[in-house]
Amino acid sequence: MSLYRDQGVVLRTIRLGEADRIVTLATRDNGKVRAVAKGIRRTTSKFGGRLEPMSHVAVQCWRGRELDIVTQAEVIDAFGRVRADLGRVGKAYTVLEVVDQLSQEGHVNVPLYDMVVGALRVLEGGDSPLLVAAFVLKVLAAEGAAPELDVCVACGEDGELVAFDPVEGGALCRSCRRGRPLGPDSLALLRAILRGGLRAALAEPASPVTDDVSALVTESIEAHLDRRLRSLHSTVVR
Amino acid sequence: MYTGPLQALIDELGRLPGIGPKSAQRIAFHLLKVAPEDARRLAATIVTMTERTTLCARCFNVAEGGLCSICDDPGREPGVLCVVEDPRDIVAVEKTREFRGRYAVLHGALNPLEGIGPDQLKVRELLDRIGPEQVTEVILCTNPNLEGEATAMYVARLLGPLGVAVTRIASGLPVGGDLEYADELTLGRALEGRRPVDV
Repeated sequence: MSLYRDQGVVLRTIRLGEADRIVTLATRDNGKVRAVAKGIRRTTSKFGGRLEPMSHVAVQCWRGRELDIVTQAEVIDAFGRVRADLGRVGKAYTVLEVVDQLSQEGHVNVPLYDMVVGALRVLEGGDSPLLVAAFVLKVLAAEGAAPELDVCVACGEDGELVAFDPVEGGALCRSCRRGRPLGPDSLALLRAILRGGLRAALAEPASPVTDDVSALVTESIEAHLDRRLRSLHSTVVR
Repeated sequence: MYTGPLQALIDELGRLPGIGPKSAQRIAFHLLKVAPEDARRLAATIVTMTERTTLCARCFNVAEGGLCSICDDPGREPGVLCVVEDPRDIVAVEKTREFRGRYAVLHGALNPLEGIGPDQLKVRELLDRIGPEQVTEVILCTNPNLEGEATAMYVARLLGPLGVAVTRIASGLPVGGDLEYADELTLGRALEGRRPVDV
């Protein structure tokens, strides 16, 4: 009973002792799992490169009291093309960090698992300026924290929306405006992502509008998590 | 638990990496039994090491004041630089006896999740050496994991405009390994990096 199989995405790894690592996985059936991969840092380890961050793997683990132990791992998606592109690695890091922050140990969240696998597969297929923003918006919506985009989030008026306040959680009308200004193109793009226009939004080339949408969504997730995303503010891979 | 000085030593030893309370106790009791001069020599060695060990002014390898033994060696080729994450990696590369150039230690790898960016690494210092030392080739010898690969790509991008040859160490199957147990990424890279067989 204490041996289980699951599929998951490796979110992060931390060195442990001489040659081990603690691997954090977002799994489908067991929620967030922290498991020890013994001997993984040795070149002759049976795990090899299978449990690198971002890998989508099928694992067999032994359930422990504090930490589980990975006994076997097989790769489902290695995302080799993402790994070879610094820009895409940066986006993947942000996706992984958001999932790490939102998921909880022992708390099953199948939609989140499906979304992270989906986002990484899209990224493997090609880069997109809006990938992170679209992923984060979808995740926020699944968490019940999607920004209000139809009526003013403060007064409920359905007039023209001209501003966006991430802390308030949505767009604001002219008389309630605070936060950052919101252009009609950005608003349309945000709506499209949440309402079936995802594919078209992902195909959108980089422009001031996509930058604006990315910045706005980033502020929303940081307000929701009440924490800055480290991977977004590192100058490295952007 | 024990008398003052003994307990103090057990506590100190227990802070070392990989040494738990039981191991600390065992080592402390061993030291209690050894000749006083042995204990004194151990204490002196630790103090001398921490006082005398510095970072090499050129490559940031561990050194004993000024330059490290490799930078100080006139027999080393100055035009080739091997970039590693950690001084321990230098020892690993040296053991191969395949490399006769000099090193550059970054002291870490980029890790956005831990907030480690280029400013925390010795990247700037590496770039500043290219011109004065007339470097012709830089070998990126960071670890073949996500952080190491990202670091290599980042450094390569910065070196690009400087007109030096930038190479990345090959990655593939370990000698003595078994193909059947190789993971897809490694085996894929091994295939990608295949080379003609001399006949």
